[in-house]
Amino acid sequence: MGYLTGLRCRSCGRDYPAVPLNACDLCFGPLETTYDYKAISKVLTRKRIQNGPLTIWRYQDLLPADGTDPIDLSTGFTPLIKARNLGRLLGLNELYLKNDAVNPSYSFKDRVVSVAATKAREFEFDTLACASTGNLGGSVAAHAARAGMASYIFFPADLEHGKMVGAAVYKPTLVAVNGSYDQVNRLCSELADSYPWAFVNINMRPYYSEGSKTLGYEVAEQLGWKAPNHCIIPAASGSLYTKIWKGFHELASLDLIPPVHTEMHLTQPAGCSPIATAHEEGLDQVRPIKPDTLAKSLAIGNPADGFYALQVIQASKGTATIVPEEEIAEGIEYLAQTEGIFTETAGGVAVSALRRLVQRGVIKADETTVLYVTGNGLKTVEVVQSVVHPLNISPTMTSFQQSIKSE
Amino acid sequence: MTKLRVRFTFPDNLVPRPVIWELSQTFKVVTNIRRAEVQENTGWVILELTGEEVEIQTGLEWVRTTGVEVELVSGDVLEG
Repeated sequence: MGYLTGLRCRSCGRDYPAVPLNACDLCFGPLETTYDYKAISKVLTRKRIQNGPLTIWRYQDLLPADGTDPIDLSTGFTPLIKARNLGRLLGLNELYLKNDAVNPSYSFKDRVVSVAATKAREFEFDTLACASTGNLGGSVAAHAARAGMASYIFFPADLEHGKMVGAAVYKPTLVAVNGSYDQVNRLCSELADSYPWAFVNINMRPYYSEGSKTLGYEVAEQLGWKAPNHCIIPAASGSLYTKIWKGFHELASLDLIPPVHTEMHLTQPAGCSPIATAHEEGLDQVRPIKPDTLAKSLAIGNPADGFYALQVIQASKGTATIVPEEEIAEGIEYLAQTEGIFTETAGGVAVSALRRLVQRGVIKADETTVLYVTGNGLKTVEVVQSVVHPLNISPTMTSFQQSIKSE
Repeated sequence: MTKLRVRFTFPDNLVPRPVIWELSQTFKVVTNIRRAEVQENTGWVILELTGEEVEIQTGLEWVRTTGVEVELVSGDVLEG
């Protein structure tokens, strides 16, 4: 049984029952799930969590869906790895990587989609849908396949063919939209009002986004039940960033970890940095921009949670770092060559941001620091094509030896 | 009839101009303000527009020509 009590508007505070709805009818503010924390505090212990499955569903008491039969591809409880080599190079003794590149569809999106899909089935939807340029579409199609549900994935028609394969293989209905980025956005928002489908990040968004909290819970548990001193998190909509913070605070309010003093460091690429730019300019609202970045998984110009992300930066005494586009590939290569982990562009942004934070003296040597690797490098191989320069030889021993000598 | 939830962001030079009134006078669009914040040098308004699709679209194109930024309230739903 779950402890979800309903939805509440984050702007005007109006309460709603737990229904598929993402915006307040009155003021159009975003809705967030509410829970019976008093009841949770009576049952939830570290031991109860530790006895749960090695997936995100070990935290089902704090998720908005009933975890007794979740739609789950075994997502979560991904490795938290001590980064000895990278740490040594940067002068950090307690640097950890949360490697979410090893989730079933190779990104953190499996966390949010597993929660959204499970909730969608509770609401008796038979179809999952989303608008995506990569990670999200693949995850939605995979979960729909697992659940025996239909799925519709909308994407801009000019998307590279390779990016579609990661979703197409699960046999969703792929819809290529002939139109600009803005037109695709607008169409999908409208479709969600007209079709009886669970659009994971539209009408299911209050439930979907809660899945990201598990990236806070897991890190705290894996660090021995404490929140780190610093988190470095790449941001698109700002949702992941705010939910990791929420996850730490929920555990602390339930006395499962000590009080939280984590500095939350948000990072975005120069080609799409509306949240970080607003922070730099001291604004409390994000001004939307047109994305033009190599980091396609971060290309959200009008971030739904930008306002709330700005509040978390302030509340946590965190920072916002804008990473130049040319440092994205550098970050990917640096992580691969020091720690053997191949991340996609969002991870490259995070690694480059970490280097900058260390240079600025924001992170001290013995402070526990967690860098979130949110997706797998095989999704964006085109960004690091320049690393390929093999020794070209004839199939003879001599040719090999000559080639090695001149290397 | 179509309904669309949008956010208008006004740069400082346009804060005094009644752009929403002009929109409703020039196009057959009903404007229904739900939330707003107006400061000295900037302002934003969240509103619902109701009307025929083509009227809303041409109306929004006109709003953009004034220098007011127009975005969907829901934020971007196309995710990576």
